[in-house]
Amino acid sequence: MSGHDHGEDGVSRRNVLECMTWAGTGVLWTITGGVPRSLGIIDSAEAATAAAPGMTFLQISDSHVGFDKPANPNALGTLEEAVGKINAMPTKPSFMIHTGDITHLSKASEFDNADRIISQSKLDVHYVPGEHDFLDEEVKFYRERYGRGTKGQGWYSFDAGGVHFIGLVNVVDLKGGGLGNLGAEQLAWLEDDLRGKSKSTPVVLFAHIPLWTVYPEWGWGTEDGGRALEYVKGFGSVTVLNGHIHQVMQKVEGNVTFHTARSTAFPQPAPGTAPSPGPMKVEDAKLRSMLGVASINFKQNEQRLAIIDTPLQS
Amino acid sequence: MKILNRRDFSVAVAAAILLPVTTARADDNAMEVHIDNFVFQPAELKIKVGTTVTWTNRDDIPHTVVSAGKFRSKALDTDDKFSFTFTDAGDYKYFCSLHPHMTGMIKVE
Repeated sequence: MSGHDHGEDGVSRRNVLECMTWAGTGVLWTITGGVPRSLGIIDSAEAATAAAPGMTFLQISDSHVGFDKPANPNALGTLEEAVGKINAMPTKPSFMIHTGDITHLSKASEFDNADRIISQSKLDVHYVPGEHDFLDEEVKFYRERYGRGTKGQGWYSFDAGGVHFIGLVNVVDLKGGGLGNLGAEQLAWLEDDLRGKSKSTPVVLFAHIPLWTVYPEWGWGTEDGGRALEYVKGFGSVTVLNGHIHQVMQKVEGNVTFHTARSTAFPQPAPGTAPSPGPMKVEDAKLRSMLGVASINFKQNEQRLAIIDTPLQS
Repeated sequence: MKILNRRDFSVAVAAAILLPVTTARADDNAMEVHIDNFVFQPAELKIKVGTTVTWTNRDDIPHTVVSAGKFRSKALDTDDKFSFTFTDAGDYKYFCSLHPHMTGMIKVE
């Protein structure tokens, strides 16, 4: 798990299990006082016994419905497996966020297929678009389905379980030679959206491309992401959830935890380890260990937030 | 179906005869850019006015070819092509609007 900012693990196995909300094998991240610690790999059977109080929501990302290349000839099938995992959770999550690249080529049929599978979770899903969702000529298929009630290119906020959630769009109007882009209009809206919010309100920012600079050589970052982070600086608990890079990566800066989720479609290489960030072909037996979803648990008044990344198969 | 009169018919025949010549000339003025591993190759191309450049995406991920205010391709899936004929001299910087770290240049003389 390169890229993880590991702290020293002073938590016993029993405590680990108490924090678990997921009946799968994954890496559990718990945040106490703003400092997350990796608690290591957890066995599924033992983990299944405990259900944490508080609110749990799911993150799913980069389903790339329509992708059929060698890295995964059946991206719809692995999405269905991911939804099966979600449905098998012992505690039903409150809702789900999808951090973009729902489809591979923005075809109406791809959006329809994605919706047919994801709706089987019977959860409310809050979407933000990836660059693969805005490829149709009129850029209307995503907006028709998921743009209702959103601002600008599709950004919005909502409150759930005492947490303020903000969905941002950083895949529009990208500049040659640059990275992801939020733009002045969206940043002004964000500043306004946060105005008057109590600094003790936990904030979750989610967007497709990482808001922090992961690897600019591959475009893995957001040009003006730093501006957005300035607006949340004073808040006690900030969590930034992204997709796009098809692998788990985590970083902590002060009270801000940055985390990227796995794809449900195909893995991408770790930064700089391949000629390009394109789909990575792995052995068939290994594929499902590199795909998955993330489960995020928040306990009120504790400012504690645990992120559990669960592969489709360990 | 419309029946051709004698005059239209002879024009059609003339066009048919001229066509192979025209095509051959176009081939001389055609250049190619490939997209491999998120890179435009060659990254810089020098061409004469009137040259048609064809981009071919050989990646497993869609790309676009965009030069602000000049030309803009649709999303090119694997093996899709986009062509543009350069009728004016100048430097044309372009990029992939999905992966903007991918940039290229066409210099037209």
